[in-house]
Amino acid sequence: MFDILQHNFALNALLAGVVVGFLGGFYGSFVVQRRMSFLGDGLAHVAFGGVALGLLLQFEPFWVAVPFTILVAIALTYLKERTTLEIDTAIGIFFAVSVALGVLFISLNKKYISDAFSYLFGSILLVSKEDLLFSFAFGTLTIILATFYWKRWTYSSFDMELAKVDKINVSFDNYLLSILTALSIVLSVKLVGIFLVASYLVIPSATAKLISKTFSQMTILGIVLGIVSSEIGILFSILLDLPTGAAIILLQSIIFLVALFLQKFTNKQ
Amino acid sequence: MMEVCIRINNLTVEFGKYTVLKNINLSINDQEFLAIIGPNGGGKTTLIKAILGLIEPKEGNVLIFGKKPTELTFKDIGYVPQIKTLDRNFPAKVYELVATGLTGNWNFRYTKEMRREVREVLAFCGMEHLEHRPINKLSGGELQRVFLARSIIRRPRVLLLDEPATGIDTVAETDFSLLLETLQYQNQTTIVMVTHDWEYAFHHSTSVLLLNKSVVAFGSPKEVFSEENIQKTFGHFGHDHKMEFIIKKNV
Repeated sequence: MFDILQHNFALNALLAGVVVGFLGGFYGSFVVQRRMSFLGDGLAHVAFGGVALGLLLQFEPFWVAVPFTILVAIALTYLKERTTLEIDTAIGIFFAVSVALGVLFISLNKKYISDAFSYLFGSILLVSKEDLLFSFAFGTLTIILATFYWKRWTYSSFDMELAKVDKINVSFDNYLLSILTALSIVLSVKLVGIFLVASYLVIPSATAKLISKTFSQMTILGIVLGIVSSEIGILFSILLDLPTGAAIILLQSIIFLVALFLQKFTNKQ
Repeated sequence: MMEVCIRINNLTVEFGKYTVLKNINLSINDQEFLAIIGPNGGGKTTLIKAILGLIEPKEGNVLIFGKKPTELTFKDIGYVPQIKTLDRNFPAKVYELVATGLTGNWNFRYTKEMRREVREVLAFCGMEHLEHRPINKLSGGELQRVFLARSIIRRPRVLLLDEPATGIDTVAETDFSLLLETLQYQNQTTIVMVTHDWEYAFHHSTSVLLLNKSVVAFGSPKEVFSEENIQKTFGHFGHDHKMEFIIKKNV
């Protein structure tokens, strides 16, 4: 099994898995607690529009998807804060428009259909050294920001009004959290795929919530589950020649079901 | 002469086309216990939120000890929200929630000093045995007292409560009322409370505000509770026996 590590692509994927697992677990805690699971799905499909545009323009799709997704994340936060439009309606609209644009861009340049498919379903072969470097840089930034913002994001996830009364700039924090969540989604797309990346934000944190008594426990457990499931899922996908994203998400789902069963069982007792 | 704690000048609040509060002028003295009473949609919660600085008024302003709410530090005001609006499924223990009152933030680590202060305030509220209990395992009355503990741990000069008795049983409500009285007696805190409990307001508050978008009556409970004022506030006298009793008692 350790022979795998001699291959650069496997090592890259495993290292990327650590960062992506960490990001999914960390940002997922807030996404799950704020009942915004649909946001992850919406932003992932927005990223698809960006990736397709990148493929059409023959730019690195990641660098087109990043501003594209961040802009939509900002727009969604603005609509949520400043209008009476329901957030799931707004996400639904951006989701549909982005997929429509993505399909349109791909149909304009059929040469890149196979590349587009790799982004849709994820592939460990797509993870390059540059991606890895960027992932680690973003992971480090997240750790630095977490030391200051975890407290504030947690407080406003509990109750925005109480956080505002205690002089926390909830609006700024919400924009920052949306932008960073969007970035973590785009970073995870290569490994897990657009279809499954939202689950990365939801399943480890939802599992952690089932067995945690405090939000700090939920955050730490979400991160641990994100990283462990990524590593085991990637190894499985290489050894058994399975699609990476599917292997990771199915593993996460199994862990979720076990946690759900344990929670029900312990509650009954 | 008593210092003015909260001064509300010509306050008008609009939500789109709707005027929720119109031309409110009030002065609430330091150490006063004001009960705000009015019909649903009468602007009681909006007034509390304007005092907290959560709502930008269309006209007028609110000054607390001469400062705008946004100029105060988080420790100056304690706030007990309506518990029905809170997320009970948030994974948190009682001590974590109470400690937010101390630091104005959610905490990752808890020092010995923080733990001691939390235990002290929980003991004052008769809740020390619940320190490590998850908040989703608390009854409505217990949660309400935890929120009171959270708001008084910072020893605020002003305490605002928005319908604290909603959704809790009569015994829990009485316990909570006694706690408020002790608090006001010991700490001399100015208390502003939105309530539907007329009897409680009549017996325990030092002043009453009858509010229906604008001030209908403001003064001591004896001055305010009259049949005429109640009719002006609620549009009708209704068949509230408690109210009839209070008016008769007042007369």
